[in-house]
Amino acid sequence: MSGIWVVMEERDSRISRISWEALAAGQKLAALTAQAVNAVVVGAQTATLAAEVAAKPLGKVARVEHPLLATYTPDGFSLALQQFFQAEKPDYVVFPHTYQVRDYAPALAARLGQTLIGDVTAIGEGPALTRQLMQGRLNGSYRHTGNGPCFVSVQAGAFRADSVEAGSAAVAVFSPSIEAAQIRTRPGERFRASAQTVDLASAQLIVSVGRGIKDPENIPLAQELATALGAELGASRPICDNGWLPLERQVGSSGQTVSPKLYLAVGISGAIQHLVGMKGSQCVVAINKDPGAPIFEVADYGIVGDLFEVLPALTEAIKAAKQ
Amino acid sequence: MKIIVAIKQVPERDAQVRIDAQSRWIEESNLQWALNESDAYALEEALQLKEKHGGEVVVISAGPERVGSTIREALAKGADRAIHIECADLGNRDALGVARLLAEALKPENPDLVLTGLQSEDLGLGQTGVILAELLGLPHASLILHVEKTDSGLTVKRELEEGWFQSIDLPTPAVLTIQSGGNKLRYATLMGIKKAKTKEVRVVSAAELSVDPAPVVILERISLPTKQRSTQMLPGTAKEAAAALVEKLKFEARVL
Repeated sequence: MSGIWVVMEERDSRISRISWEALAAGQKLAALTAQAVNAVVVGAQTATLAAEVAAKPLGKVARVEHPLLATYTPDGFSLALQQFFQAEKPDYVVFPHTYQVRDYAPALAARLGQTLIGDVTAIGEGPALTRQLMQGRLNGSYRHTGNGPCFVSVQAGAFRADSVEAGSAAVAVFSPSIEAAQIRTRPGERFRASAQTVDLASAQLIVSVGRGIKDPENIPLAQELATALGAELGASRPICDNGWLPLERQVGSSGQTVSPKLYLAVGISGAIQHLVGMKGSQCVVAINKDPGAPIFEVADYGIVGDLFEVLPALTEAIKAAKQ
Repeated sequence: MKIIVAIKQVPERDAQVRIDAQSRWIEESNLQWALNESDAYALEEALQLKEKHGGEVVVISAGPERVGSTIREALAKGADRAIHIECADLGNRDALGVARLLAEALKPENPDLVLTGLQSEDLGLGQTGVILAELLGLPHASLILHVEKTDSGLTVKRELEEGWFQSIDLPTPAVLTIQSGGNKLRYATLMGIKKAKTKEVRVVSAAELSVDPAPVVILERISLPTKQRSTQMLPGTAKEAAAALVEKLKFEARVL
Protein backbone atom coordinates (compact mmCIF):
# COMPACT_ATOMS: atom_id res chain seq x y z
CA MET A 1 0.00 0.00 0.00
CA SER A 2 1.22 3.46 -0.79
CA GLY A 3 -1.03 6.10 0.62
CA ILE A 4 -3.31 8.53 -1.15
CA TRP A 5 -3.23 9.39 -4.85
CA VAL A 6 -5.05 12.39 -6.29
CA VAL A 7 -5.83 12.39 -10.02
CA MET A 8 -5.26 15.93 -11.33
CA GLU A 9 -7.03 17.20 -14.44
CA GLU A 10 -5.94 19.77 -16.96
CA ARG A 11 -7.89 22.75 -18.18
CA ASP A 12 -6.52 25.26 -20.68
CA SER A 13 -3.06 23.66 -20.31
CA ARG A 14 -3.02 24.18 -16.55
CA ILE A 15 -4.13 22.15 -13.56
CA SER A 16 -7.83 22.88 -13.07
CA ARG A 17 -9.10 24.61 -9.97
CA ILE A 18 -11.27 21.70 -8.92
CA SER A 19 -8.19 19.45 -9.09
CA TRP A 20 -6.54 21.58 -6.42
CA GLU A 21 -9.72 21.19 -4.38
CA ALA A 22 -9.41 17.42 -4.81
CA LEU A 23 -5.82 17.71 -3.61
CA ALA A 24 -7.07 19.56 -0.51
CA ALA A 25 -9.51 16.67 0.06
CA GLY A 26 -6.58 14.28 -0.29
CA GLN A 27 -4.74 16.22 2.38
CA LYS A 28 -7.78 15.99 4.65
CA LEU A 29 -7.73 12.21 4.21
CA ALA A 30 -4.00 12.23 4.86
CA ALA A 31 -4.51 14.06 8.15
CA LEU A 32 -7.13 11.48 9.22
CA THR A 33 -5.19 8.39 8.15
CA ALA A 34 -1.56 9.51 8.63
CA GLN A 35 -0.55 8.73 5.07
CA ALA A 36 1.34 10.55 2.36
CA VAL A 37 -0.46 12.39 -0.44
CA ASN A 38 0.70 11.85 -4.03
CA ALA A 39 -0.62 13.21 -7.30
CA VAL A 40 -0.89 11.83 -10.80
CA VAL A 41 -1.34 13.56 -14.15
CA VAL A 42 -2.46 11.69 -17.28
CA GLY A 43 -1.83 12.56 -20.92
CA ALA A 44 0.51 12.40 -23.89
CA GLN A 45 2.75 15.24 -22.73
CA THR A 46 2.52 15.94 -19.05
CA ALA A 47 5.83 17.60 -18.13
CA THR A 48 4.40 21.12 -17.65
CA LEU A 49 1.39 19.91 -15.65
CA ALA A 50 3.61 17.69 -13.51
CA ALA A 51 5.94 20.61 -12.80
CA GLU A 52 2.96 22.66 -11.60
CA VAL A 53 1.91 19.88 -9.21
CA ALA A 54 5.48 19.19 -8.08
CA ALA A 55 5.57 22.67 -6.53
CA LYS A 56 3.33 21.36 -3.75
CA PRO A 57 4.21 19.42 -0.59
CA LEU A 58 3.58 15.92 -1.92
CA GLY A 59 5.19 12.50 -1.59
CA LYS A 60 5.39 11.73 -5.28
CA VAL A 61 4.11 13.11 -8.56
CA ALA A 62 3.55 10.57 -11.33
CA ARG A 63 3.25 11.29 -15.05
CA VAL A 64 1.12 8.57 -16.62
CA GLU A 65 2.09 9.18 -20.19
CA HIS A 66 1.29 7.59 -23.55
CA PRO A 67 0.66 8.97 -27.06
CA LEU A 68 -2.81 7.38 -27.03
CA LEU A 69 -3.73 9.52 -24.01
CA ALA A 70 -3.42 12.79 -25.97
CA THR A 71 -7.21 13.04 -26.15
CA TYR A 72 -9.43 11.82 -23.34
CA THR A 73 -11.24 8.53 -23.92
CA PRO A 74 -12.80 6.42 -21.16
CA ASP A 75 -11.01 3.31 -22.45
CA GLY A 76 -7.59 4.98 -22.56
CA PHE A 77 -7.83 6.62 -19.13
CA SER A 78 -9.33 3.52 -17.44
CA LEU A 79 -6.65 1.27 -18.86
CA ALA A 80 -3.75 3.58 -18.03
CA LEU A 81 -4.87 4.27 -14.47
CA GLN A 82 -5.79 0.63 -13.87
CA GLN A 83 -2.19 -0.37 -14.66
CA PHE A 84 -0.81 2.48 -12.60
CA PHE A 85 -2.92 1.78 -9.51
CA GLN A 86 -2.33 -1.97 -9.74
CA ALA A 87 1.37 -1.17 -9.48
CA GLU A 88 1.00 1.47 -6.74
CA LYS A 89 -1.67 -0.28 -4.62
CA PRO A 90 -2.98 2.90 -2.97
CA ASP A 91 -5.37 3.08 -0.01
CA TYR A 92 -7.29 6.02 -1.46
CA VAL A 93 -7.70 7.49 -4.92
CA VAL A 94 -9.25 10.98 -5.03
CA PHE A 95 -10.69 12.63 -8.17
CA PRO A 96 -12.35 15.97 -8.88
CA HIS A 97 -16.03 15.20 -9.65
CA THR A 98 -16.04 16.44 -13.25
CA TYR A 99 -17.99 15.22 -16.27
CA GLN A 100 -14.80 13.47 -17.40
CA VAL A 101 -14.33 11.65 -14.09
CA ARG A 102 -18.00 10.64 -14.07
CA ASP A 103 -17.38 9.09 -17.49
CA TYR A 104 -14.57 6.69 -16.52
CA ALA A 105 -13.95 6.52 -12.75
CA PRO A 106 -16.91 4.17 -12.04
CA ALA A 107 -15.56 1.73 -14.67
CA LEU A 108 -12.00 2.02 -13.38
CA ALA A 109 -13.18 1.31 -9.82
CA ALA A 110 -15.25 -1.67 -11.02
CA ARG A 111 -12.17 -3.15 -12.77
CA LEU A 112 -10.47 -3.25 -9.39
CA GLY A 113 -13.60 -4.68 -7.70
CA GLN A 114 -14.39 -1.32 -6.09
CA THR A 115 -17.23 1.21 -6.05
CA LEU A 116 -16.56 4.94 -6.38
CA ILE A 117 -17.95 7.15 -3.62
CA GLY A 118 -18.83 10.05 -5.90
CA ASP A 119 -19.57 13.76 -5.48
CA VAL A 120 -18.33 13.90 -1.87
CA THR A 121 -18.92 17.17 0.00
CA ALA A 122 -17.19 16.46 3.33
CA ILE A 123 -14.71 14.05 4.90
CA GLY A 124 -14.83 13.29 8.63
CA GLU A 125 -13.43 10.87 11.21
CA GLY A 126 -13.53 7.24 10.16
CA PRO A 127 -13.06 8.35 7.44
CA ALA A 128 -16.75 8.99 6.85
CA LEU A 129 -17.52 10.41 3.43
CA THR A 130 -20.56 12.65 3.05
CA ARG A 131 -22.50 12.94 -0.20
CA GLN A 132 -25.93 14.34 -1.01
CA LEU A 133 -29.06 12.25 -1.52
CA MET A 134 -32.58 13.00 -2.77
CA GLN A 135 -31.47 15.99 -4.85
CA GLY A 136 -29.75 17.65 -1.91
CA ARG A 137 -32.57 17.20 0.61
CA LEU A 138 -30.53 14.75 2.67
CA ASN A 139 -26.91 13.94 3.39
CA GLY A 140 -25.62 10.37 3.38
CA SER A 141 -22.55 9.25 5.31
CA TYR A 142 -20.64 6.52 3.48
CA ARG A 143 -17.88 4.15 4.52
CA HIS A 144 -15.59 1.95 2.46
CA THR A 145 -15.18 -1.67 3.57
CA GLY A 146 -12.90 -4.50 2.57
CA ASN A 147 -9.55 -4.49 0.85
CA GLY A 148 -8.32 -2.52 -2.08
CA PRO A 149 -8.31 1.16 -2.81
CA CYS A 150 -11.19 3.42 -1.82
CA PHE A 151 -12.18 5.61 -4.80
CA VAL A 152 -13.56 9.05 -3.97
CA SER A 153 -14.54 12.02 -6.13
CA VAL A 154 -15.16 15.44 -4.60
CA GLN A 155 -17.74 18.06 -5.49
CA ALA A 156 -16.66 21.41 -6.93
CA GLY A 157 -16.37 24.01 -4.18
CA ALA A 158 -16.51 21.53 -1.29
CA PHE A 159 -12.82 21.82 -0.38
CA ARG A 160 -10.60 24.90 -0.44
CA ALA A 161 -8.05 24.96 -3.23
CA ASP A 162 -6.13 27.79 -1.54
CA SER A 163 -5.44 25.60 1.50
CA VAL A 164 -2.80 23.73 -0.54
CA GLU A 165 0.57 25.24 0.39
CA ALA A 166 3.78 25.40 -1.60
CA GLY A 167 6.40 22.67 -1.35
CA SER A 168 8.15 20.21 -3.59
CA ALA A 169 7.85 16.63 -4.80
CA ALA A 170 9.82 14.18 -6.92
CA VAL A 171 8.42 13.43 -10.36
CA ALA A 172 8.47 10.00 -12.04
CA VAL A 173 7.10 8.79 -15.38
CA PHE A 174 4.86 5.72 -15.67
CA SER A 175 4.36 4.29 -19.18
CA PRO A 176 1.21 2.19 -19.47
CA SER A 177 0.90 -0.30 -22.32
CA ILE A 178 -2.07 0.60 -24.52
CA GLU A 179 -2.89 -0.70 -28.01
CA ALA A 180 -4.82 1.54 -30.40
CA ALA A 181 -7.45 -1.20 -30.81
CA GLN A 182 -8.24 -1.07 -27.08
CA ILE A 183 -9.68 2.42 -27.50
CA ARG A 184 -13.14 1.81 -28.88
CA THR A 185 -14.66 5.30 -28.92
CA ARG A 186 -13.60 8.13 -31.23
CA PRO A 187 -14.15 11.59 -29.75
CA GLY A 188 -14.69 14.59 -32.03
CA GLU A 189 -13.92 18.27 -31.49
CA ARG A 190 -15.74 20.19 -28.77
CA PHE A 191 -18.41 22.59 -30.00
CA ARG A 192 -20.96 25.07 -28.69
CA ALA A 193 -24.56 24.81 -29.84
CA SER A 194 -25.01 28.46 -30.74
CA ALA A 195 -23.58 31.86 -29.98
CA GLN A 196 -24.66 33.07 -26.55
CA THR A 197 -26.75 36.21 -26.81
CA VAL A 198 -27.79 36.37 -23.17
CA ASP A 199 -24.94 37.10 -20.80
CA LEU A 200 -26.26 36.05 -17.42
CA ALA A 201 -22.74 35.96 -16.03
CA SER A 202 -22.52 39.74 -15.91
CA ALA A 203 -26.14 40.36 -14.85
CA GLN A 204 -26.55 42.23 -11.55
CA LEU A 205 -30.08 41.03 -10.86
CA ILE A 206 -31.52 37.67 -11.90
CA VAL A 207 -34.98 36.19 -11.47
CA SER A 208 -34.72 32.47 -12.09
CA VAL A 209 -37.62 30.07 -12.58
CA GLY A 210 -37.85 26.34 -11.93
CA ARG A 211 -40.22 23.45 -12.16
CA GLY A 212 -42.63 25.08 -9.70
CA ILE A 213 -43.86 27.38 -12.46
CA LYS A 214 -45.67 24.27 -13.74
CA ASP A 215 -46.66 25.46 -17.20
CA PRO A 216 -45.01 27.55 -19.96
CA GLU A 217 -48.04 29.83 -19.86
CA ASN A 218 -46.98 30.92 -16.37
CA ILE A 219 -43.50 32.10 -17.42
CA PRO A 220 -44.79 35.70 -17.96
CA LEU A 221 -45.45 35.90 -14.20
CA ALA A 222 -41.70 35.61 -13.64
CA GLN A 223 -40.92 37.80 -16.64
CA GLU A 224 -43.09 40.58 -15.19
CA LEU A 225 -41.20 40.45 -11.91
CA ALA A 226 -37.89 40.50 -13.81
CA THR A 227 -39.03 43.50 -15.83
CA ALA A 228 -40.18 45.36 -12.71
CA LEU A 229 -36.78 44.73 -11.13
CA GLY A 230 -34.79 45.40 -14.29
CA ALA A 231 -33.45 41.86 -13.95
CA GLU A 232 -32.47 39.14 -16.42
CA LEU A 233 -34.59 36.01 -16.54
CA GLY A 234 -32.80 32.75 -15.78
CA ALA A 235 -34.01 29.18 -15.38
CA SER A 236 -33.16 25.79 -13.94
CA ARG A 237 -32.47 22.89 -16.26
CA PRO A 238 -35.97 21.34 -16.50
CA ILE A 239 -37.40 24.61 -17.82
CA CYS A 240 -34.86 24.67 -20.68
CA ASP A 241 -35.17 20.91 -21.24
CA ASN A 242 -38.88 21.44 -21.82
CA GLY A 243 -38.15 24.29 -24.22
CA TRP A 244 -40.06 26.80 -22.09
CA LEU A 245 -37.04 29.11 -22.12
CA PRO A 246 -33.97 28.93 -24.39
CA LEU A 247 -30.91 26.98 -23.26
CA GLU A 248 -28.86 30.16 -22.98
CA ARG A 249 -30.92 31.16 -19.93
CA GLN A 250 -29.98 28.02 -18.03
CA VAL A 251 -28.11 28.47 -14.74
CA GLY A 252 -26.12 25.54 -13.36
CA SER A 253 -23.34 23.08 -14.07
CA SER A 254 -24.39 22.49 -17.66
CA GLY A 255 -25.43 26.12 -18.22
CA GLN A 256 -24.04 29.44 -17.04
CA THR A 257 -22.35 30.25 -13.75
CA VAL A 258 -23.69 33.49 -12.31
CA SER A 259 -22.81 35.76 -9.40
CA PRO A 260 -25.30 38.65 -9.37
CA LYS A 261 -26.03 41.02 -6.50
CA LEU A 262 -29.50 39.49 -6.23
CA TYR A 263 -30.58 36.01 -7.27
CA LEU A 264 -34.28 35.40 -6.86
CA ALA A 265 -35.09 31.68 -7.21
CA VAL A 266 -38.74 31.03 -7.92
CA GLY A 267 -40.06 27.46 -7.73
CA ILE A 268 -36.53 26.06 -7.87
CA SER A 269 -35.91 23.21 -5.43
CA GLY A 270 -32.13 23.64 -5.53
CA ALA A 271 -30.55 20.45 -6.84
CA ILE A 272 -26.77 20.62 -6.62
CA GLN A 273 -26.43 20.98 -10.41
CA HIS A 274 -28.29 24.27 -10.06
CA LEU A 275 -26.64 25.44 -6.84
CA VAL A 276 -23.10 25.20 -8.25
CA GLY A 277 -24.14 27.72 -10.89
CA MET A 278 -25.48 30.39 -8.51
CA LYS A 279 -24.01 29.96 -5.06
CA GLY A 280 -21.60 32.83 -5.66
CA SER A 281 -24.56 35.26 -5.66
CA GLN A 282 -24.32 38.07 -3.14
CA CYS A 283 -27.94 37.82 -1.96
CA VAL A 284 -30.20 34.84 -2.59
CA VAL A 285 -33.99 34.89 -2.23
CA ALA A 286 -35.97 31.64 -2.46
CA ILE A 287 -39.69 31.34 -3.06
CA ASN A 288 -40.92 27.76 -2.84
CA LYS A 289 -43.95 25.90 -1.55
CA ASP A 290 -41.79 23.18 0.03
CA PRO A 291 -40.14 24.37 3.26
CA GLY A 292 -37.70 21.43 2.96
CA ALA A 293 -36.43 22.46 -0.48
CA PRO A 294 -32.60 22.61 -0.47
CA ILE A 295 -32.66 26.07 -2.07
CA PHE A 296 -33.50 27.48 1.38
CA GLU A 297 -30.12 26.23 2.65
CA VAL A 298 -28.33 28.76 0.47
CA ALA A 299 -30.95 31.53 0.70
CA ASP A 300 -30.63 34.75 2.68
CA TYR A 301 -34.37 35.36 2.54
CA GLY A 302 -37.07 32.77 2.11
CA ILE A 303 -40.78 32.81 1.44
CA VAL A 304 -42.64 29.54 1.81
CA GLY A 305 -45.76 29.86 -0.22
CA ASP A 306 -47.63 29.56 -3.48
CA LEU A 307 -45.57 31.32 -6.14
CA PHE A 308 -48.74 32.10 -8.09
CA GLU A 309 -49.73 34.36 -5.20
CA VAL A 310 -46.30 35.57 -4.17
CA LEU A 311 -45.03 36.54 -7.65
CA PRO A 312 -47.79 39.03 -8.52
CA ALA A 313 -47.66 40.48 -4.98
CA LEU A 314 -43.90 40.90 -5.25
CA THR A 315 -44.12 42.50 -8.70
CA GLU A 316 -46.62 45.01 -7.30
CA ALA A 317 -44.48 45.70 -4.24
CA ILE A 318 -41.38 46.30 -6.41
CA LYS A 319 -43.30 48.65 -8.71
CA ALA A 320 -44.64 50.55 -5.70
CA ALA A 321 -41.17 50.83 -4.17
CA LYS A 322 -39.75 52.25 -7.39
CA GLN A 323 -42.32 55.00 -7.73
CA MET B 1 -31.85 -2.94 -33.33
CA LYS B 2 -32.45 -4.60 -29.99
CA ILE B 3 -32.33 -1.96 -27.27
CA ILE B 4 -32.43 -2.57 -23.54
CA VAL B 5 -33.32 0.35 -21.28
CA ALA B 6 -32.46 0.10 -17.59
CA ILE B 7 -34.99 2.11 -15.57
CA LYS B 8 -35.38 2.88 -11.88
CA GLN B 9 -38.38 3.63 -9.73
CA VAL B 10 -37.70 6.56 -7.40
CA PRO B 11 -39.76 8.58 -4.91
CA GLU B 12 -41.88 11.18 -6.66
CA ARG B 13 -40.07 14.48 -7.00
CA ASP B 14 -42.27 16.51 -4.66
CA ALA B 15 -42.58 13.75 -2.07
CA GLN B 16 -42.00 14.85 1.51
CA VAL B 17 -39.14 12.66 2.69
CA ARG B 18 -38.73 11.64 6.31
CA ILE B 19 -35.69 9.92 7.77
CA ASP B 20 -36.51 6.48 9.20
CA ALA B 21 -36.09 5.55 12.88
CA GLN B 22 -32.65 3.98 12.33
CA SER B 23 -31.42 6.97 10.26
CA ARG B 24 -30.42 4.47 7.57
CA TRP B 25 -32.93 5.40 4.88
CA ILE B 26 -36.20 7.29 4.34
CA GLU B 27 -39.66 6.18 5.43
CA GLU B 28 -41.06 4.44 2.38
CA SER B 29 -44.53 3.56 3.65
CA ASN B 30 -46.44 6.62 2.42
CA LEU B 31 -44.34 7.54 -0.59
CA GLN B 32 -45.58 7.97 -4.13
CA TRP B 33 -43.26 6.50 -6.76
CA ALA B 34 -42.32 7.55 -10.27
CA LEU B 35 -40.05 6.69 -13.19
CA ASN B 36 -36.65 8.37 -12.73
CA GLU B 37 -36.50 11.40 -15.02
CA SER B 38 -33.36 10.73 -17.05
CA ASP B 39 -34.50 7.09 -17.42
CA ALA B 40 -37.67 8.43 -19.04
CA TYR B 41 -35.43 10.23 -21.56
CA ALA B 42 -33.44 7.00 -22.11
CA LEU B 43 -36.70 5.19 -22.83
CA GLU B 44 -37.80 7.97 -25.20
CA GLU B 45 -34.50 7.75 -27.12
CA ALA B 46 -34.93 3.97 -27.41
CA LEU B 47 -38.51 4.27 -28.67
CA GLN B 48 -37.50 6.84 -31.29
CA LEU B 49 -34.58 4.68 -32.49
CA LYS B 50 -36.97 1.74 -32.83
CA GLU B 51 -39.43 3.87 -34.79
CA LYS B 52 -36.65 4.87 -37.20
CA HIS B 53 -34.75 1.60 -37.53
CA GLY B 54 -37.08 -1.13 -36.31
CA GLY B 55 -36.24 -3.73 -33.68
CA GLU B 56 -37.27 -4.21 -30.07
CA VAL B 57 -37.21 -2.19 -26.86
CA VAL B 58 -36.89 -4.16 -23.62
CA VAL B 59 -36.97 -2.43 -20.23
CA ILE B 60 -35.21 -3.85 -17.21
CA SER B 61 -35.63 -2.74 -13.62
CA ALA B 62 -34.47 -4.00 -10.24
CA GLY B 63 -36.43 -3.57 -7.03
CA PRO B 64 -39.27 -4.93 -4.93
CA GLU B 65 -42.79 -5.71 -6.16
CA ARG B 66 -43.86 -2.04 -6.30
CA VAL B 67 -41.43 -1.51 -9.20
CA GLY B 68 -43.99 -3.35 -11.34
CA SER B 69 -46.10 -0.18 -11.68
CA THR B 70 -43.18 1.76 -13.18
CA ILE B 71 -42.44 -1.14 -15.55
CA ARG B 72 -46.08 -1.05 -16.72
CA GLU B 73 -45.75 2.69 -17.33
CA ALA B 74 -42.75 2.05 -19.61
CA LEU B 75 -44.66 -0.68 -21.44
CA ALA B 76 -47.61 1.67 -21.85
CA LYS B 77 -45.31 4.23 -23.46
CA GLY B 78 -44.27 1.66 -26.02
CA ALA B 79 -41.61 -0.75 -24.72
CA ASP B 80 -42.22 -4.26 -26.08
CA ARG B 81 -41.49 -6.33 -23.00
CA ALA B 82 -39.78 -6.15 -19.63
CA ILE B 83 -37.50 -7.93 -17.19
CA HIS B 84 -38.12 -7.32 -13.50
CA ILE B 85 -35.25 -8.31 -11.21
CA GLU B 86 -37.11 -8.83 -7.97
CA CYS B 87 -34.84 -7.68 -5.21
CA ALA B 88 -35.95 -6.66 -1.71
CA ASP B 89 -32.51 -5.50 -0.53
CA LEU B 90 -31.59 -3.18 -3.40
CA GLY B 91 -30.74 -0.37 -0.96
CA ASN B 92 -28.09 -2.52 0.75
CA ARG B 93 -26.21 -3.09 -2.50
CA ASP B 94 -23.77 -0.54 -3.83
CA ALA B 95 -23.54 0.71 -7.43
CA LEU B 96 -21.30 -2.21 -8.43
CA GLY B 97 -23.68 -4.72 -6.84
CA VAL B 98 -26.73 -3.31 -8.64
CA ALA B 99 -24.88 -3.13 -11.97
CA ARG B 100 -23.87 -6.79 -11.52
CA LEU B 101 -27.53 -7.77 -11.13
CA LEU B 102 -28.47 -5.88 -14.29
CA ALA B 103 -25.49 -7.26 -16.23
CA GLU B 104 -26.28 -10.87 -15.34
CA ALA B 105 -29.97 -10.49 -16.20
CA LEU B 106 -29.42 -8.80 -19.57
CA LYS B 107 -26.41 -10.79 -20.85
CA PRO B 108 -28.55 -13.58 -22.37
CA GLU B 109 -30.45 -10.94 -24.37
CA ASN B 110 -27.38 -9.94 -26.44
CA PRO B 111 -28.61 -6.38 -27.04
CA ASP B 112 -27.22 -4.05 -29.71
CA LEU B 113 -27.60 -1.09 -27.40
CA VAL B 114 -28.10 -0.60 -23.67
CA LEU B 115 -29.41 2.76 -22.43
CA THR B 116 -29.65 4.03 -18.88
CA GLY B 117 -30.53 7.40 -17.44
CA LEU B 118 -27.62 9.58 -16.39
CA GLN B 119 -28.34 9.30 -12.69
CA SER B 120 -31.12 8.54 -10.25
CA GLU B 121 -32.99 11.25 -8.39
CA ASP B 122 -32.81 9.43 -5.06
CA LEU B 123 -29.22 8.21 -4.65
CA GLY B 124 -27.77 10.28 -7.48
CA LEU B 125 -24.79 7.98 -7.93
CA GLY B 126 -24.67 8.34 -11.72
CA GLN B 127 -22.59 5.19 -12.11
CA THR B 128 -24.84 2.29 -13.12
CA GLY B 129 -24.52 2.70 -16.90
CA VAL B 130 -20.75 3.17 -16.88
CA ILE B 131 -20.19 0.14 -14.62
CA LEU B 132 -22.64 -1.89 -16.70
CA ALA B 133 -20.54 -1.21 -19.82
CA GLU B 134 -17.44 -2.37 -17.95
CA LEU B 135 -19.13 -5.58 -16.75
CA LEU B 136 -20.52 -6.35 -20.22
CA GLY B 137 -17.17 -5.58 -21.89
CA LEU B 138 -18.82 -2.95 -24.10
CA PRO B 139 -17.73 0.56 -25.11
CA HIS B 140 -19.72 3.41 -23.59
CA ALA B 141 -20.39 7.11 -23.69
CA SER B 142 -22.10 9.11 -20.94
CA LEU B 143 -24.21 12.29 -20.68
CA ILE B 144 -25.69 11.71 -24.13
CA LEU B 145 -28.35 14.01 -25.60
CA HIS B 146 -28.70 12.59 -29.09
CA VAL B 147 -28.07 9.22 -30.78
CA GLU B 148 -27.67 8.60 -34.48
CA LYS B 149 -27.21 5.19 -36.10
CA THR B 150 -24.39 5.03 -38.66
CA ASP B 151 -23.08 2.26 -40.94
CA SER B 152 -20.37 1.33 -38.46
CA GLY B 153 -22.21 1.95 -35.19
CA LEU B 154 -23.35 5.16 -33.56
CA THR B 155 -22.62 8.88 -33.51
CA VAL B 156 -23.70 10.45 -30.24
CA LYS B 157 -23.82 13.99 -28.85
CA ARG B 158 -22.22 14.22 -25.43
CA GLU B 159 -22.79 17.12 -23.06
CA LEU B 160 -19.72 18.74 -21.53
CA GLU B 161 -19.55 21.44 -18.86
CA GLU B 162 -20.62 25.08 -19.34
CA GLY B 163 -22.59 24.76 -22.55
CA TRP B 164 -20.06 22.72 -24.57
CA PHE B 165 -20.78 19.52 -26.48
CA GLN B 166 -18.79 16.85 -28.24
CA SER B 167 -19.68 14.31 -30.87
CA ILE B 168 -18.39 10.76 -30.34
CA ASP B 169 -18.34 7.75 -32.69
CA LEU B 170 -18.52 4.30 -31.23
CA PRO B 171 -19.24 0.77 -32.47
CA THR B 172 -22.21 -1.31 -31.35
CA PRO B 173 -23.02 -3.08 -29.15
CA ALA B 174 -22.56 -0.21 -26.73
CA VAL B 175 -23.87 1.32 -23.52
CA LEU B 176 -25.01 4.97 -23.34
CA THR B 177 -26.14 6.99 -20.34
CA ILE B 178 -28.76 9.51 -21.38
CA GLN B 179 -29.00 13.09 -20.11
CA SER B 180 -32.41 14.73 -19.64
CA GLY B 181 -33.71 17.13 -22.25
CA GLY B 182 -32.53 15.62 -25.55
CA ASN B 183 -36.04 14.73 -26.68
CA LYS B 184 -39.60 15.61 -25.88
CA LEU B 185 -41.12 12.92 -23.66
CA ARG B 186 -44.25 11.15 -24.83
CA TYR B 187 -47.24 10.33 -22.69
CA ALA B 188 -48.77 6.89 -22.59
CA THR B 189 -51.90 6.71 -24.72
CA LEU B 190 -55.07 4.93 -23.58
CA MET B 191 -54.36 2.30 -26.21
CA GLY B 192 -50.80 1.99 -24.89
CA ILE B 193 -52.03 1.51 -21.33
CA LYS B 194 -54.44 -1.18 -22.49
CA LYS B 195 -51.77 -2.99 -24.51
CA ALA B 196 -49.27 -2.84 -21.64
CA LYS B 197 -51.46 -5.19 -19.59
CA THR B 198 -50.82 -8.05 -21.99
CA LYS B 199 -47.11 -7.44 -22.59
CA GLU B 200 -44.55 -9.87 -21.19
CA VAL B 201 -42.89 -9.05 -17.84
CA ARG B 202 -40.37 -11.71 -16.97
CA VAL B 203 -39.63 -11.79 -13.25
CA VAL B 204 -36.17 -12.95 -12.23
CA SER B 205 -35.29 -13.15 -8.55
CA ALA B 206 -32.01 -11.55 -7.52
CA ALA B 207 -31.07 -14.84 -5.83
CA GLU B 208 -31.18 -16.68 -9.18
CA LEU B 209 -28.57 -14.36 -10.64
CA SER B 210 -25.76 -15.58 -8.37
CA VAL B 211 -24.36 -12.13 -7.66
CA ASP B 212 -22.48 -11.46 -4.43
CA PRO B 213 -24.73 -9.04 -2.50
CA ALA B 214 -21.95 -7.83 -0.16
CA PRO B 215 -21.26 -4.15 -0.82
CA VAL B 216 -17.81 -2.52 -0.93
CA VAL B 217 -19.34 0.80 0.06
CA ILE B 218 -21.93 1.20 2.82
CA LEU B 219 -24.41 4.03 3.40
CA GLU B 220 -24.19 4.17 7.18
CA ARG B 221 -26.37 7.07 8.16
CA ILE B 222 -28.52 9.76 6.62
CA SER B 223 -29.19 13.19 8.07
CA LEU B 224 -30.58 16.60 7.26
CA PRO B 225 -28.02 18.93 5.72
CA THR B 226 -26.72 21.82 7.77
CA LYS B 227 -27.52 25.27 6.53
CA GLN B 228 -24.83 27.14 4.62
CA ARG B 229 -26.40 30.54 5.23
CA SER B 230 -28.78 31.74 7.92
CA THR B 231 -32.06 32.20 6.12
CA GLN B 232 -34.57 34.78 7.31
CA MET B 233 -38.00 33.34 6.59
CA LEU B 234 -40.62 35.94 5.80
CA PRO B 235 -44.03 34.85 7.07
CA GLY B 236 -47.53 36.13 6.48
CA THR B 237 -49.77 36.38 3.45
CA ALA B 238 -48.26 36.67 -0.02
CA LYS B 239 -48.73 40.44 0.14
CA GLU B 240 -47.16 40.79 3.59
CA ALA B 241 -44.22 38.57 2.69
CA ALA B 242 -43.66 40.46 -0.56
CA ALA B 243 -43.70 43.83 1.23
CA ALA B 244 -41.31 42.53 3.90
CA LEU B 245 -38.96 41.18 1.22
CA VAL B 246 -38.79 44.47 -0.66
CA GLU B 247 -38.02 46.22 2.63
CA LYS B 248 -35.21 43.78 3.39
CA LEU B 249 -33.74 43.95 -0.11
CA LYS B 250 -33.71 47.74 -0.02
CA PHE B 251 -32.51 48.51 3.47
CA GLU B 252 -30.80 45.37 4.79
CA ALA B 253 -29.23 43.62 1.80
CA ARG B 254 -29.10 46.92 -0.14
CA VAL B 255 -29.37 45.21 -3.50
CA LEU B 256 -32.24 47.26 -4.90
